[in-house]
Amino acid sequence: MSSSNAIANPVEEVIPDKSDKFSFADYIGPVVVFMVFIGAWYLLSSVVLPEQKRFLLPTPHKVIQEGFFVWHSGERRGLHPILMSLWDSAKIALLGLGITIVIGMSLAVLMSSSRWLERATWPYLVAIQSAPVLALTPLIRALIDGTQTQRLLVVVLIAMFPIVSNTLFGLLSADKSQHELFTLQGASKWTRLVKLQFPAALPNIFVGLRISAGLAVIGAVVGDFYFRQGGVVGIGAQIDVYRNRLWGPELITAIILASTLGLVVFLFFGWVSRRAIGKWHIITRGH
Amino acid sequence: MSDAPASSSALLSFNNVSMTFDEGTKALDNVSFSIDAGEFVTVVGPSGCGKSTLLRIASNLEASTGGTCSIDRNSIGYVFQDATLMPWRTVARNVELIAELHKLPKAERHQLAAEAIQLVGLNGFEDKYPRQLSGGMRMRASLARSLVMKPKVFLFDEPFGALDEITRERLNDELLRLFQHEGFAGLFITHSITEAVYMSTKVLVMSARPGKIIASFDVPFAYPRNHDLRYEPEFGELCGKISHALRGAHE
Repeated sequence: MSSSNAIANPVEEVIPDKSDKFSFADYIGPVVVFMVFIGAWYLLSSVVLPEQKRFLLPTPHKVIQEGFFVWHSGERRGLHPILMSLWDSAKIALLGLGITIVIGMSLAVLMSSSRWLERATWPYLVAIQSAPVLALTPLIRALIDGTQTQRLLVVVLIAMFPIVSNTLFGLLSADKSQHELFTLQGASKWTRLVKLQFPAALPNIFVGLRISAGLAVIGAVVGDFYFRQGGVVGIGAQIDVYRNRLWGPELITAIILASTLGLVVFLFFGWVSRRAIGKWHIITRGH
Repeated sequence: MSDAPASSSALLSFNNVSMTFDEGTKALDNVSFSIDAGEFVTVVGPSGCGKSTLLRIASNLEASTGGTCSIDRNSIGYVFQDATLMPWRTVARNVELIAELHKLPKAERHQLAAEAIQLVGLNGFEDKYPRQLSGGMRMRASLARSLVMKPKVFLFDEPFGALDEITRERLNDELLRLFQHEGFAGLFITHSITEAVYMSTKVLVMSARPGKIIASFDVPFAYPRNHDLRYEPEFGELCGKISHALRGAHE
């Protein structure tokens, strides 16, 4: 090989992209598990539970008939009021999640740039994460006016930690040599944040977002139990009513729909994550 | 070596540079040498002897505790041990990065990046992401990124140490071609004696901690060098001498 064409063909080998093709086996699993789930449900509601307690868990077909296929019945029964209250809770969850993202990411940026601030605030974040927020409901009610604001606060408190911790971890994850590359060019703190730390943190940020999004839905549903007023109420409040009145099919329908909301939000952020960073970051299963 | 005055044409000179780290480790002891335009100087030495510290002092990533180092800080190319590419940027965007940090206009840095990509033979791979490239190609992209600003002095911190031998020899040839084409002065750190002799105009041998320059060898072979040079008797002889000096360095 002469030195002139040594460069002509530098291709060692390009690592091919792994295509994520689904096979038949990928579909059979979920179908089997779903059938087992439905089977176990029937078993529970028609065999395991003693007859006088079967109203607690109506059979799947009864739930579908009376929960999903009744549009409106009386003031609170039927799919329509359930969907209305689900929408009400979804709005609180999404708005709360938005607030959490803004506050949480700003806090993580501040913490990443200042070690003392990180040390000073970290214990409180962990404390909020593990504190039973619902035990604080009397205090929240006393300090803050307005049901909506109270519900939002519960969402923010419950969803905050994963955003902060994952963003912070991500911001601090850039390699030493990558940092030195920026140092050598005399890059400002801001440039470093925008062009190095933030993009490096994106995979972690999306992990945090997915966890927090799920928690925001839980926060909204749980907050409904404690903060409600007349008119349209959240799905949590609706569930509480069904529970008290022993309206089994409606109760199960509401629970299924609330879980579906959580699932949709989770899948949505997974999709956004793949769109945003899938090209350069290999997203491992489960993230 | 140590009493050689820094010549005025030197692009990089170390004058009695010493380095003691905070925890008390003495890394460098009274190191003096200089590199002129057109020179490619390689430092070989035992692991942990402070070779890399030389580069960190030259680039101002660290300040020496004694002596001075003179260099035009605005015209340094620094190639790290790993490619240090940003995984979220394509090859083209990675190569642009340094120009971007120097706030060059977009059109100009596109142009410069395209030229550098051409120079390292990565054309056709502009839109690939680092994870889609082999180790050698990542290193090429890293080289291209440093070439964009056309630095007068290039500092290489064992850049090919992690590559397999064939790839390493190939990149040696490419780097030499760039050295001739671009006319920068080079300071290269390596563990490999063969690589040192093949690349350099001069090889310096450093002692174990605290690092001192204990031997200096001029390499007489003319450029362009062909990879068969490695099997010439004179080449082997020079490698033998350096190896001998290096053995002394370990004691």
